[in-house]
Amino acid sequence: MLYLKLFCEFFKTGLFAVGGGMATLPFLSAIGDTTKWFSPMQLANMVAVSESTPGPLGINMATYVGYTISHAAGAVIATLSEVMPSIIIISIVAAVLQKFKDNQYIKDGFYGLRAASTGLIGAACFSVAKVALLKINVHVNIRTVLSFMKMINWKALLFACILLIITNWIPKIKQWHPIVFIAISALVGMIWKF
Amino acid sequence: MFGGGYAMLPILQREIVENKAWVSEEEIADYYAIGQCTPGAIAVNTATFLGYKKRGVLGGIIATLGVISPSLLIIMLLANIISRFEHYPFVENAFKGIRVAVFVLILNSVVKIGKSAIIDKVTLFIFLVVLIVSIVTKFSPIITVLAAAVLGIAVQWYRRKRRNK
Repeated sequence: MLYLKLFCEFFKTGLFAVGGGMATLPFLSAIGDTTKWFSPMQLANMVAVSESTPGPLGINMATYVGYTISHAAGAVIATLSEVMPSIIIISIVAAVLQKFKDNQYIKDGFYGLRAASTGLIGAACFSVAKVALLKINVHVNIRTVLSFMKMINWKALLFACILLIITNWIPKIKQWHPIVFIAISALVGMIWKF
Repeated sequence: MFGGGYAMLPILQREIVENKAWVSEEEIADYYAIGQCTPGAIAVNTATFLGYKKRGVLGGIIATLGVISPSLLIIMLLANIISRFEHYPFVENAFKGIRVAVFVLILNSVVKIGKSAIIDKVTLFIFLVVLIVSIVTKFSPIITVLAAAVLGIAVQWYRRKRRNK
């Protein structure tokens, strides 16, 4: 039963996530929310490992999430289920390539779809921000501004701002591969102990 | 093949177009464009397309398996190793730092994707509504995606109709 559910969830992810590997993140996040198979924090860790490993990001994440849920069998089922819609859709599209390329409705559909996909990834980014920048072990009611301030991990927030600046505006350094920033952040985390 | 789908195009070009001469430069660009606007991982879609063109459905399946096998092996190995060490305090601290980097990397990719996706008032509206609804509620991303596609078609249809009047 677990394997069947795993197949369904990842088949849906492969079918509806449009725009590359990062677009699967909101779907994975939704899987975690509804099934409790893994926490948002675990998902953020899995994204990091997937980004630092060779291979397509979407596939790496599917494999890792599948492995976390149910070891090797889970990894294989999750990954195969996620690519199955691709195989079916591409086989159809390849047969009618010219018509697909020129179809106005497909173009128009993607006009709305890409914006929605960006919004979904933005929301997934927000949930990663929560586990990255807030102290999860501090339980306070977020009723007042002051108690919210207590929840913020200021060291982590400062580090995020520094990273944001160097990955966007410092020439040359901003072109470094994500794995470099992930490695640096691991070191900073170990030394600075957020 | 580091860096996901976008890192694959130059490698595909060298291997498939120049070394093997299986398809032309234009064809690979076509496959890549289709790979980006069909659901799923871009690298997988491009590889499936190529396999299908060479050897039909079976070719598509085999090309796909070829692309995902390294990921499967490497990630399973890494996941196994990490799960043995993740409870050590220094590993936990390292992951605390790493999660901050992941947040920044995702934020950067939202900006990058947004630049090509948010091109006018309608797309900005869709983006903001989806962003807020998804943060506040647990609304299904599948319905969101389908609704946005229908809205996109409706808006463009209305615009064309008005222009033709």
